[in-house]
Amino acid sequence: MKQASLLTAAAAIALLLYGCGSTPQADTEKPAADNSMAATTPATPTPAAAAAADAKGKGKFTSVALTDPLDQKMIASGKSTYEVKCAACHKLTGDKLVGPGWKGVTERRKPEWIMNFITNTDEMIDKDPAAQAMLEECMVRMPNQHLTDDEARHVLEYMRSNDGKK
Amino acid sequence: MKRLSLMLGLAVATTAAMQSCKMKTAATAVQGDAASKTYVAPGKYDEIYNFVSGGFNGQVSVYGLPSGRLLKVIPVFAVNPENGYGYSEETKAMLNTTNGLIPWDDQHHLDLSQTNGEQDGRWLFANANNTPRVARIDLTTFKTMEILQIPNSAGNHSSPFITENTEYVVAGTRFSVPLGSEDVPISSFKDNFHSTASFISVDKNSGKMDLAFQIVLPGMNLDLSHAGKGPSHDWFFFSSYNTEQAYTLLEVNASQKDKDYIVAVNWKKAEEYAKAGKGKKVPATYAHNTYDEHKQTATSEIKNEVLLLDPKDCPDMVYMIPCPKSPHGCDIDPSGEYIVGSGKLAALIPVFSFSKMTKAIAGKQFEGDFKGIPIIKYEAALHGEVQKPGLGPLHTEFDGKGNAYTSMFLSSEVVKWSLKDLQVLDRVPTYYSVGHLMIPGGDTRKPGGKYLVAYNKITKDRFLPTGPELAQSAQLYDISGDKMQLILDFPTFGEPHYAQACQASLIKDKQVKYYDINKNGHDYVTMGEKKANVVRKGNRVDIYMTAIRSHLVPDNIEGVFVGDEVYFHVTNLEQDWDIPHGFAIKNNPNAELLIMPGETVTLKFSPDKQGIYPFYCTDFCSALHQEMSGYLRVSPKGANVPLKFGTGETVTSVAAK
Repeated sequence: MKQASLLTAAAAIALLLYGCGSTPQADTEKPAADNSMAATTPATPTPAAAAAADAKGKGKFTSVALTDPLDQKMIASGKSTYEVKCAACHKLTGDKLVGPGWKGVTERRKPEWIMNFITNTDEMIDKDPAAQAMLEECMVRMPNQHLTDDEARHVLEYMRSNDGKK
Repeated sequence: MKRLSLMLGLAVATTAAMQSCKMKTAATAVQGDAASKTYVAPGKYDEIYNFVSGGFNGQVSVYGLPSGRLLKVIPVFAVNPENGYGYSEETKAMLNTTNGLIPWDDQHHLDLSQTNGEQDGRWLFANANNTPRVARIDLTTFKTMEILQIPNSAGNHSSPFITENTEYVVAGTRFSVPLGSEDVPISSFKDNFHSTASFISVDKNSGKMDLAFQIVLPGMNLDLSHAGKGPSHDWFFFSSYNTEQAYTLLEVNASQKDKDYIVAVNWKKAEEYAKAGKGKKVPATYAHNTYDEHKQTATSEIKNEVLLLDPKDCPDMVYMIPCPKSPHGCDIDPSGEYIVGSGKLAALIPVFSFSKMTKAIAGKQFEGDFKGIPIIKYEAALHGEVQKPGLGPLHTEFDGKGNAYTSMFLSSEVVKWSLKDLQVLDRVPTYYSVGHLMIPGGDTRKPGGKYLVAYNKITKDRFLPTGPELAQSAQLYDISGDKMQLILDFPTFGEPHYAQACQASLIKDKQVKYYDINKNGHDYVTMGEKKANVVRKGNRVDIYMTAIRSHLVPDNIEGVFVGDEVYFHVTNLEQDWDIPHGFAIKNNPNAELLIMPGETVTLKFSPDKQGIYPFYCTDFCSALHQEMSGYLRVSPKGANVPLKFGTGETVTSVAAK
């Protein structure tokens, strides 16, 4: 409950900042902001943090600790998630399929951005400038595949391995 | 003109003041603030889910109240081309019976599951009248999970009413029939025909149904029923008609006696007798169909035996209470003390007292027996009669504030009266020929006394005309004040009968949003596009296909021949709420599929002509939805075309042989 009201408050503040014409009051009651999704939707960062972290995207991941060397278990798990949930739209090469190819993605984006995009897809597509640019190119909103935080982290590890990180 | 309307107005006012209210114009029916009471702004939710029986369309429809907005149609007893229910390989078994797949039924009554006499928001039970069946719908998915056929029954009308902890769901016969399948003359009705009251047990945790026992009653028509509650917890009450035991021209021949019966069944005793082996196991075949959520597939099991309890062998289990002519509703008030019978053909409403009934039984105040079943003296069980309530009392609901509301079929009105002193308090017109009423929780211990809905049989001037057949109607009344107020008309599907409703909060947050793909246990699931495949075994071709915004894999399939049996097993790889994909293939004499996120569904196609058959997603899913399509090539039998499939591989030219 506390988390839900926090989310609502954060959504209201975010709206004031990004302004889309409707009043915050009305918006808190929109189904889009419905609390029924609160359990799986990560909390939005405070506006100050969000503004400072464009490159990290929007979502709960503000700092992702990377492994050195790569974690082979995470790679294997990330690969199996990729095959069920991601491969339909993303090639491992640089070629675009429905979404962009993954080759080099860990060079182009910060790990936090990737994690936020995977787990907080709709808000990222609606608000993150880089994500919006990709939408204009791909013309399909990336489906939120509801990966857990761990699954997302494992996919990130798989991406790093795909990019030749050791 | 002015004078005429004045006179008319006066006449209306006088009539209303005197007796039953006959105003029949929309202009006088609705007051000024009605719209604001039913307005639910865009983006706002309704307060209440209203589940409405589908009558002859065999389905259940779900409306929001107070807006009257249609939210969903749940296929239960009728095939539904919209989502492939009854057409897909997974759901065909749901409609299986001992007479094969039956694509239609007549769905009359609904009951929401209860715990301690209050709604618990878990399941919704539905009856099928024509081919007797009872279904259970899961309220986390709004899907039909189970259908149980009822043997030794016809016209499964007094069903599916439940006990206050959902221990049992009942199924009472409207048309008496011989037990088993013996061939007897219709004229031997009195000797060979029986009505049965079936008690279906419901597993506390899973909801799984099982036909526990059937009570064999004399040949007559059981109409409606309701379980006792509180002090009358152990009892179930059924209304009956045609206790004359007529078998032809019932319109006349079943209206001879001035009283029929309320059948009072002590189900606790029946349960004890069943456990004590007082029943007789007899052969009876019936189908029990269950949908396995894990495998996403229904299976049909044919059962071969049923336990019959004969009141002769089970003393104190069944009693008859005389009830004025042809009672329809048989409704128990929230306290569990009052049993309201509604004699459709009687000019009064008899209200029985449970405590007086038990006293009468203890004191053996009987006036004879009906085929061996003791008949309690009418006056001994009677609390009192509501005098001159209107014409054609049909069904009664309660508001939890000591008031009862009875629908009057003939005089087209709802009459509010007091349970305590049986005085009529208020009456409002309905448009027209009202059947059942519904107050959210109105048949539980805790009714929500804010709204009442009347479900009408005839709607003449209510909606834009649509040829000879008009929309059926429901009418919403505000009953929060002393006077009932009509605030909304809304159209319904089929012929609405009984309905149920509960607070939205009981169900809304339990909704399943998508199926976890990793838990998909379907035999033909495709776990990711990499696993997409086409497998031939003889003339059977299984296509393991995936769907995601906005393509199908594979989308080019060749090497299929005329006469093959092709199964498209389509897995929706999406893991997002509200993103089903559709699947249809040209000229398929079947239906389409709607596949929920994370689900696998199978469509069978047996091409009998060669050609190129496009297939596509039918449910608009993205900006590239139109592009979500593919081709199946069907070649003549014996053609030299190798099996080949893929997506995203373009070939410059392939010679067709």
